[in-house]
Amino acid sequence: MSDRLPGFSTLAVHAGAQPDPTTGARATPIYQTTSFVFNDADHAASLFGLQAFGNIYTRIGNPTNAVLEERVAALEGGTAALAVASGHAAQVVVLQQLMQPGDEFIAARKLYGGSINQFTHAFKSFGWNVVWADPDDISSFERAVTPRTKAIFIESIANPAGSITDIEAISTVARKAGVPLIVDNTLASPYLIRPIDHGADIVVHSLTKFLGGHGNSLGGIIVDAGTFDWSTGGKYPMLSEPRPEYHGIKLQETFGNFAFAIACRVLGLRDLGPALSPFNAFMILTGIETLPLRMQKQCDNAKAVAEFLAGHSAVASVSYAGLPSDKYHQLARKYAPKGAGAVFTFSLKGGYDAGVSLVSKLQLFSHLANVGDTRSLVIHPASTTHSQLDDAAKIKSGAGPDVVRLSIGIEDKEDLIADLEQALGA
Amino acid sequence: MNHDAYPDNYIRGILNSVKSIAMVGASPVNVRPSYFAFKYLAQRGYDMIPVNPGHVGKELLGKPFVASLSDIGRPIDMIDIFRNSSHILPVVEEALTLDPLPKVIWMQLGARDDVAAAKAESVGIKVVMNRCPKIEYGRLSSEISWMGVNSRTLSSKRAPAPTQGMRLSLNRMSVGGGDTAASDRAAKNKSEQS
Ligand SMILES: Cc1ncc(COP(=O)(O)O)c(C=O)c1O
Repeated sequence: MSDRLPGFSTLAVHAGAQPDPTTGARATPIYQTTSFVFNDADHAASLFGLQAFGNIYTRIGNPTNAVLEERVAALEGGTAALAVASGHAAQVVVLQQLMQPGDEFIAARKLYGGSINQFTHAFKSFGWNVVWADPDDISSFERAVTPRTKAIFIESIANPAGSITDIEAISTVARKAGVPLIVDNTLASPYLIRPIDHGADIVVHSLTKFLGGHGNSLGGIIVDAGTFDWSTGGKYPMLSEPRPEYHGIKLQETFGNFAFAIACRVLGLRDLGPALSPFNAFMILTGIETLPLRMQKQCDNAKAVAEFLAGHSAVASVSYAGLPSDKYHQLARKYAPKGAGAVFTFSLKGGYDAGVSLVSKLQLFSHLANVGDTRSLVIHPASTTHSQLDDAAKIKSGAGPDVVRLSIGIEDKEDLIADLEQALGA
Repeated sequence: MNHDAYPDNYIRGILNSVKSIAMVGASPVNVRPSYFAFKYLAQRGYDMIPVNPGHVGKELLGKPFVASLSDIGRPIDMIDIFRNSSHILPVVEEALTLDPLPKVIWMQLGARDDVAAAKAESVGIKVVMNRCPKIEYGRLSSEISWMGVNSRTLSSKRAPAPTQGMRLSLNRMSVGGGDTAASDRAAKNKSEQS
């Protein structure tokens, strides 16, 4: 047995999956079952007490989902992962392990609009207080740290404008503050950026986007980097203190460097309940096998489309970190040398009306609220994903009224450019 | 041996070769990690001996407790120490008086004593620190994948369905060693700070 590190594409196909022990099935079977039989009462007790590895009930774990979990953990370079029903569910489950009512977490202001809403409104009702910082000004994170800060949350490539975050600089702030850095890696996928290599302690994804990749299944995942020491200062009692729901087990002591993933499963998923359907796990796993191929093509297409738009007379500006003139180009070269992602925005000289007109004339691009599909997608964030923000917040998060967001698919780039050309021209 | 990052082959070699394991600090309380690990290793076919002076006269899963390593009275392959780092050295010193010597001294997750390790290694004993044999066995066999853990191994072979009491194959292709690069780095930074 050689200790050789296989490449990313090999892991994308193989990690976590092995022929089925019972049938020899080579594709991962869909274990579409709610529950699993126990061998005997002692086996049941061991499983419920977290003393044995095994399956109990699909809200806590499922063999199809487990393959997905190990696969993404391997691709991200983490110690373990937990799949959940959506990207948003991943965010709730992560923060539930870290936050007590009255605690704070710092979040980058440039985030997916749905996350801004979740943090501002839903989390407020739990007593979890978000403090916003500007990812273009690292000192704003330092200034936001207080004794109640429990975590820092950023996106690697930020939705909607595809801006690149300086993960290492923010991880330094997190380390100094003694709190974990959570990185939403949805828009980059581990093919472009592995945040753990840059200092992230926890990575979350909406699997709904590039990992699943085909626009057919919702899902989310949490990856534990195994890097954070939860025992210091009693700040994270879910991990460091005896858990009454498990007869006094201390999770960090028992599970070591994958204790956070276990906490998310046995305290978060078990009690909050956002389990991923095994069918969705199967669809997403199938998608991940081609992640490297799709992601490269999508980045290459996105660059070609961005270059075309940058040269078009109806376009005021293009925000794509893959363009040498872009503000984030140096960060893109550092963090995402294979490509700057496939989601970006541009603004039209004709403003809001021109944006609405463009969207209505496009024939290949689909007008919908998603990204990371094989198909190319278009949306006007100001009237949709970011519509609940006020105007100032829209502009701050990169979704002003004249802005159009594209998510570039795997079609032929000539056809995408021709579609944009006819829609912009006429 | 670099105790910050063990190659899989080192751990695999140990778990494939040892048969008897004396667990120092084994607890009869069924929510303690030592109890979990004892039970799991016994179920996977290891000959387990619980060592704990506070429980002599009692049994752990049918095995009688002994007070100390020297009370075992027969050769043992591996000593698994479930004690804090500050209590490791005397246990290792006692182990070094055994005849024959144990082949392996293993210190549990969270426990590390480089001085004790060097003493044991100087007489040819293999040492593992800050790891759990249950987790490592589960990882190398990929049984732990049920919990979404990155086993850091791959295999295109069909494995038999695990049953009670069965030894599992640990001979899967390793993907780069015992732990992830990031978690190894973090452990190293921590041990340098303390
Ligand atoms: C960057 C980012 N994070 C999180 C989410 C939320 O994911 P989900 O829709 O799977 O809940 C999205 C969805 O658009 C996203 O783009």
